[in-house]
Amino acid sequence: MRHHAVPVLVVLAVVVVLWYAGALLLNFDVARNLADENATTWDIAAATMSQGRPVLPAPHQVATELFESVFMHPVNSPKSLVYHAAVTAFAAGVGFVFAFVLGIALAIGIVHVRTLERSLMLWIITSQTVPVLAIAPMVVVVLGNVGLTGLLPKALIAGYLSFFPISTGMVKGLRSPDPMQRDLMRTYSASGAQVFRKLRWPAAMAFLFPSLKVAATLALVGAIVAELPTGAQAGLGARLLTGSYYGQTQQIWAALIMASLLALLAVGVIDGARLAMLRARGGRL
Amino acid sequence: MAADAALMTAAAPAADVQPAAVVARDLSIVFEADGQRTVALQNVSIAIGRGAFVSLIGPSGCGKTTLLRAIADLERPTSGTLVVNGGSAERARLDRAYGYVFQAPALYPWRTVARNVMLPLEIMGMPPAERRSRAGRYLDLVGLKDFHRRFPWQLSGGMQQRVSIARALSFEPALLLMDEPFGALDEITRDGLNLHLHGLWRSAGMTVVFVTHSIPEAVFLSSRIVVMSPRPGRVIEEIEVDLPAERDLDLRETPAFLKVAHRVREALRAGHSYD
Amino acid sequence: MSAGLGLLALALGGVLVLVLLARGPDRVSAVATPLAFGALVLAAWEVFCRGYGVPRILLPAPSAIAAAIARSLPVLAADFMQTVLRSVLPGWLIGCGAGLLAAIALDRSPFLRRGVLPLGSLASAMPIVGIAPIMVMWFGFDWQSKAAVVVVMTFFPMLINAVAGLDSTGAMERDLLRSYGASYPQSLLKLRLPNALPFIFNALKLNSTLALIGAIVAEFFGTPIVGMGFRISTEAARMNLDVVWAEIAMAAAVGSASFAALALVERAVTFWHPSFRS
Repeated sequence: MRHHAVPVLVVLAVVVVLWYAGALLLNFDVARNLADENATTWDIAAATMSQGRPVLPAPHQVATELFESVFMHPVNSPKSLVYHAAVTAFAAGVGFVFAFVLGIALAIGIVHVRTLERSLMLWIITSQTVPVLAIAPMVVVVLGNVGLTGLLPKALIAGYLSFFPISTGMVKGLRSPDPMQRDLMRTYSASGAQVFRKLRWPAAMAFLFPSLKVAATLALVGAIVAELPTGAQAGLGARLLTGSYYGQTQQIWAALIMASLLALLAVGVIDGARLAMLRARGGRL
Repeated sequence: MAADAALMTAAAPAADVQPAAVVARDLSIVFEADGQRTVALQNVSIAIGRGAFVSLIGPSGCGKTTLLRAIADLERPTSGTLVVNGGSAERARLDRAYGYVFQAPALYPWRTVARNVMLPLEIMGMPPAERRSRAGRYLDLVGLKDFHRRFPWQLSGGMQQRVSIARALSFEPALLLMDEPFGALDEITRDGLNLHLHGLWRSAGMTVVFVTHSIPEAVFLSSRIVVMSPRPGRVIEEIEVDLPAERDLDLRETPAFLKVAHRVREALRAGHSYD
Repeated sequence: MSAGLGLLALALGGVLVLVLLARGPDRVSAVATPLAFGALVLAAWEVFCRGYGVPRILLPAPSAIAAAIARSLPVLAADFMQTVLRSVLPGWLIGCGAGLLAAIALDRSPFLRRGVLPLGSLASAMPIVGIAPIMVMWFGFDWQSKAAVVVVMTFFPMLINAVAGLDSTGAMERDLLRSYGASYPQSLLKLRLPNALPFIFNALKLNSTLALIGAIVAEFFGTPIVGMGFRISTEAARMNLDVVWAEIAMAAAVGSASFAALALVERAVTFWHPSFRS
């Protein structure tokens, strides 16, 4: 881990420098038009860093916006980014939990019941090649028609998206024991439940965590996109949408960074669980 | 039914002789995959007495592993009869009458060494205290007492295979089936394990069926050697090994040993095993 | 009542058929069972919609969707042109190409690789579609902004996969080329790129789905009045759900078809790889 730190910091520094350069270039024209006639090039360049609605806000502007929207408002106010992040994260989380339970249950069914495997597996695999997210607006509208709004449609879409990677990952994992490991169980004339508990389930753990990470990101994307079609008032998707309506670029960037932080948090939590299991297994999954 | 009856009488000719551990009569196994028909075993008949150490030897494809797997009820015979421990192979498996050691250790990487040894005991529903004491005892027996908390992948290949032997011994089966257990190990490790296994067999008094393709290994370990040949897999010759019961590695340099090895080699050659 | 009975009969009969098919000979059952399941779902859907008179604005029957597809072929074609040919295809090509070139560049510098890889895998875990409003601001409402979203979305998966692929060459193979005194371009072209192909195809396939998602979602943020994402969001708002379903069916078909096409090319190009040898 340590020998990654220096290169990562260097690359990050390069990104920030490029970002400032990009802000300077992209905002220059607007700044020149806004400046008075005897402004020097230097004045204009300085102005590119502090515009109200820049084409590309400079990193410190985004940081300021992020700081203000996170810390300068009470967390239950619609002006607080924490509030919006919580709304989205909750919907994504509820959906993820449902996907987790159902995905694993279905995987267990598929591994043990041939009819389920034969009927469903092809469709589950195909569904990963299909832009499932496209159904989001329709689900939101239809559920709205029957009076379901707010959390439920978002959680449903988030869950639907994250369901597939979890179930395919678990099917792969539950099938991962090699023939010799399975024969061993047979020589003990172990019951199906014993084979599951002592072999299939522990072997599947190595496959579970990577698919959980994918699923968590998808749940977040699903919740964000589900906030777009109704012009929702709350959530990171709503922030992106209003930001794009009113040209509030800083708001968009702040919401984006918040969404990324949420994704990082989710991945971090899953990695934490993975590390805990890793420790219990002496360092290998 | 009639064949069974005949077999029982054949297997128990006199009252003072114990019934054989394994009896195969006209055993054939045919695999069919993608329209291809492979005769893995053709009319194999052998009888393995209790307490014997019998090696199955032959080149690749001679069906020695298939025969072992049939005894373990991991393959189903196409025809013929097979009696294990006085009953069917399936009965023996359900009774957990045998321990099986695979070509690879087949240890579960998420379990510690001790918990790997305890795996069959857990499945058989043994109380935890008994499981722990047996794991300790059999790890000690294979010389790995100090490693019980390690994970399999932290051990060398030879040590891993010793763990898998401890695992097979842990529930004290009357019959030990070993499928080229040392095939993937270097020769020095292999020598050590052969010596070790011989000692275990002598002290535990169990029956061992041992698949190998090494002539010295077969001669060193066995009380009898079954020579097999491929396409189709069949038994060519059975050779009694008349060597002293007490064996050490120096035995392999003696004329008596080399004579048996020569007989095995001749039998293998007679089976056209080089085509 | 009769609809309920019909559904029950369908369910019981269907399960029976599926169980029988699943037990059939391997080759038949592998194809027939999923097809039968699909047909069963469609039939149940149709019976359900008709039998209970489900309003069109909640769930149109498959027959209604089929009718909508037949009726709006010109619209579908225009949306296909806009979204797939104008946004997805160029974006996917540029994103994958740039990712591959970046991977080759990184391959020569272990320092950069150590710096970029963790950030790249973080970037793949992020909700990148969120940049859509920014790209719409920068590149306008038309396909350019959608293609830009697709470029960014497809870049990182390709980068990470290609780096892993270039890294996957065995020490023995590399030593062999070293013993021939091969130059860097030679070892890249003759060994490392061919060796990385399975990884690269993996990214290409993954990206074909990602690209479609990126373009469609980006259209939710504003488009000229054409495009699959535009159609889905506006027709959903106008309750024309049959058209929405028609677009979704097309999106599904495009997604599966491009994945299948890539898989075929992959098979032809990397036939030597263990995953394709029987």
